[in-house]
Amino acid sequence: MENITANKVLDTSGLNCPLPVLKTKKALEDMQSGEILEVIATDPGSKADIPAFCQRTGNELVKMVEEGDRILFYIRKK
Amino acid sequence: MSKERLAIIASKGTLDMAYPPLIIGSTAASLGVDTAIFFTFYGLNIVHKEKMHNLKLAPLGNPAMPMSFPPSVEKSFPPVKVIESIFPGPPQIMGIIPGMTDFMTSMMKKTMKDKGVASIPELIELCKEAGVKLIPCQMTMEVFGYKYEDLIDGLEPPGGAATLIDYVTQAEKPMMLFI
Repeated sequence: MENITANKVLDTSGLNCPLPVLKTKKALEDMQSGEILEVIATDPGSKADIPAFCQRTGNELVKMVEEGDRILFYIRKK
Repeated sequence: MSKERLAIIASKGTLDMAYPPLIIGSTAASLGVDTAIFFTFYGLNIVHKEKMHNLKLAPLGNPAMPMSFPPSVEKSFPPVKVIESIFPGPPQIMGIIPGMTDFMTSMMKKTMKDKGVASIPELIELCKEAGVKLIPCQMTMEVFGYKYEDLIDGLEPPGGAATLIDYVTQAEKPMMLFI
């Protein structure tokens, strides 16, 4: 898969439910449609919660990668 | 007409029970569900200017309490491991020791902070930012003698059961949650 260039990066390392989802939602508000948001999370619950948020809000989860304790999400704004 | 509306009734005023309505409410609003939280009975303390900072965790009368001490306590005071091997957590009887409630409360606050969980005042702000309607119960205000000025800023006007039922039934998919 080709490299994805993020327009914005949101680091939620160390934060727990529900903060990663709430901060993702807030970060997307300031972005343009089609732009990519990279979210870095350490909360294992975000593996289920961020995809659920994307599914529900219609933003596309382009890619999810686990890197050790970190989970990286690439979300394309609706 | 709103498609989905969620009404959460926050009826408990202990630290542990203040979390679920605020977490679910802020998340629901972020996911596009119109959300209101109705603060009634002891739950009203969650939006009281002073009391919201002093919500306690009571070890007594809390049957779900048995849990181990946090690793930080086990490390700094190893004898708790012996206590844990006999009782699966702080035993109920410890609740009668003066200061025990404050101790349990500060331990929970520390654990929550260490785990990156937002505090109650932070969650209230997140709810407001997400557009959650925070409704104080008029009847409880009368019973407790709280004035509207005693409560935090940014609340809806005080309302009653009818206010809440009317709010939620205006949606195609009404949802209610009692906590």
